[in-house]
Amino acid sequence: MTGPIIRLEGVTKVYRRGSVDVPVLQRLDLEVARGEFLALMGPSGSGKSTILNLVSGIDTPTDGRVIVAGIDLGDLDASALAEFRSRHIGFIFQSYNLIPVLTAYQNVELPLLLTDLTRKERREHVLAAMAVVALTDRLDHYPRQLSGGQEQRVAIARAIVTDPTLFVADEPTGDLDAQSATEVLHLLQRLHTEFGKSIVMVTHDPHAAERADRILHLEKGVLVESVERKRP
Amino acid sequence: MTRFLPFILRNALRSKRRTILTVLSIVVSMFLFCTMRTVLTSFDQSLEMADAARLVTRNRTSLTVFLPLAYKGRLAQIPGVSAVSFGTWFGGIYIDERHFFSQFAVDPDGYLEMYSEYLLTPQEKEAFRRERTACIVGEKLAAKYGFKIGDRIPLKGTIFPGNWDLTVRGIARARTANLDTNFLLFSWEYINQRLGNFGQVGWYVVKLADPNRAGDLSRTIDATFANSAAETKTETEKAFQLGFITMLGNIRAVIYAVGTAIVIAIMLVSMNTMMMAARERTREVAILKAVGFTDRTILVLVLTESLLISLTGGILGTVLARVVYDVSGFTGGGFFPTFVVTGGTMGQATGIAVVMGLLSGAIPAWNASRLKVVDALRHVG
Ligand SMILES: Nc1ncnc2c1ncn2[C@@H]1O[C@H](COP(=O)(O)OP(=O)(O)OP(=O)(O)O)[C@@H](O)[C@H]1O
Ligand SMILES: [Mg+2]
Repeated sequence: MTGPIIRLEGVTKVYRRGSVDVPVLQRLDLEVARGEFLALMGPSGSGKSTILNLVSGIDTPTDGRVIVAGIDLGDLDASALAEFRSRHIGFIFQSYNLIPVLTAYQNVELPLLLTDLTRKERREHVLAAMAVVALTDRLDHYPRQLSGGQEQRVAIARAIVTDPTLFVADEPTGDLDAQSATEVLHLLQRLHTEFGKSIVMVTHDPHAAERADRILHLEKGVLVESVERKRP
Repeated sequence: MTRFLPFILRNALRSKRRTILTVLSIVVSMFLFCTMRTVLTSFDQSLEMADAARLVTRNRTSLTVFLPLAYKGRLAQIPGVSAVSFGTWFGGIYIDERHFFSQFAVDPDGYLEMYSEYLLTPQEKEAFRRERTACIVGEKLAAKYGFKIGDRIPLKGTIFPGNWDLTVRGIARARTANLDTNFLLFSWEYINQRLGNFGQVGWYVVKLADPNRAGDLSRTIDATFANSAAETKTETEKAFQLGFITMLGNIRAVIYAVGTAIVIAIMLVSMNTMMMAARERTREVAILKAVGFTDRTILVLVLTESLLISLTGGILGTVLARVVYDVSGFTGGGFFPTFVVTGGTMGQATGIAVVMGLLSGAIPAWNASRLKVVDALRHVG
């Protein structure tokens, strides 16, 4: 398949707070190429998370079209959107990504429970994903037994285990110390360079953003390109 | 669905103490439910055991007023009556009031033949007929107190004052398992002679040549004794026992009311538990949905968890009731012929547990399935 991985066409998002309309995005256009690593920056409340939510189909625009991997999300109902997410989207949140009562292994296995894979096949996939994030020695650990950085890496393993088209990361290093943050960013970069994955990452950290191919600034509902980076 | 089972189990056991307490409260409620329903089924069973071919004739005024012995001959002459026997409630005390069991002073000639569903050897029957202080105990009663042939049983009379010394001359076995054998029979002659030709009996048992004529003959018998000093009331043995039972008040309605109240109370408890559990998991439900779980799958997961908890409690409580009453041989102090938690009761209890699980999981499951990921993520994250 060719064409952009993400295409936003005149996307408007207005939240209603009581009787007041809060416009967040105004006729926004955006295109992200396949295999691109995009960093999204901007002040708090500018609508960065809102864009990620729209792209991953957990929120719907007030107006405009959201097309991901060639699929117009406006055409999908709730269960089709769920299926879309399980096939195309790998989520990494800022924190509390994991289910506390499940081990690292079981957390990574979760999205595979929705597939037809056998137990044995699931195991192979989980082990492979845990190997990518270098945590095969932490399979039976519960989230509370992991460091913040390890938790994020398990979250990345869960995101990659289904081999999705697009990774969506909302401040994935926001809660981490410098070293863990570097590890996580390095991992994301590997997903991009080694596995050719498309990534959209929201971050407040300019150093983190530098890992991306392109950095966009969202300000007052408008996207401004700051630096076009060359691939390393 | 089975692949989600480990996940559901983990969720159910997330707060072990809370889950265990919930399960326990369901165990207790189902145990009580089984107990109450078994009270009812045991009543019904004792009614079924009553023989349709036997009528009981008692004093019209009250069960506690005697009838003259002379009625025996007159009853026997009524066409359609094939045998007549009689008995009297003795109501003596063995050791103390807590050791209650039924004691009847009965017609030594014929009573044992009338109740042929209880098995005795010819020697036992013969000893009972000849010896004035002989008594026969049912096998359950014998087992309970360790009575053997030749043992002496001293009773302290209440209706018939004095000390009454009886000797065990027979142990009655039940022909079928559902028959009560928690009783003691001794000869009415003992009372009759000691009271200087007492000449009164508690009730007559009348055997019919044709069981279909029960209604017809009851009326004939009562008409025979109308306008005499002691008028009679005749009914089938079944109705007679039913009267005994309704004397205890409208137990059935009480039992149903209490049972329903308990089930509803426990359901509210477990509903609350499920809601609490669900509220704590808002974030996790959002994560599940983010990775692609559908609303329907989430609904099923929460419902299954609730069902699992209440079914575990339900089955444990039901089995516990069954085993406890089986092993202990509980009979309510001899009040019930048998006290067995029936398959029907176990089925009903399990059914209630299922409904309880579905109802208590319904609201949290619905909420979880409706939950919007964006809102939930904003919530904590
Ligand atoms: N469900 C909602 N109801 C009302 N307003 C909302 C809702 N969700 C978001 N908003 C508002 O929309 C705006 C954009 O929110 P968003 O979370 O996208 O910002 P952000 O750029 O991710 O900020 P941050 O850097 O703090 O994470 C904010 O002003 C927020 O208050
Ligand atoms: Mg945000």
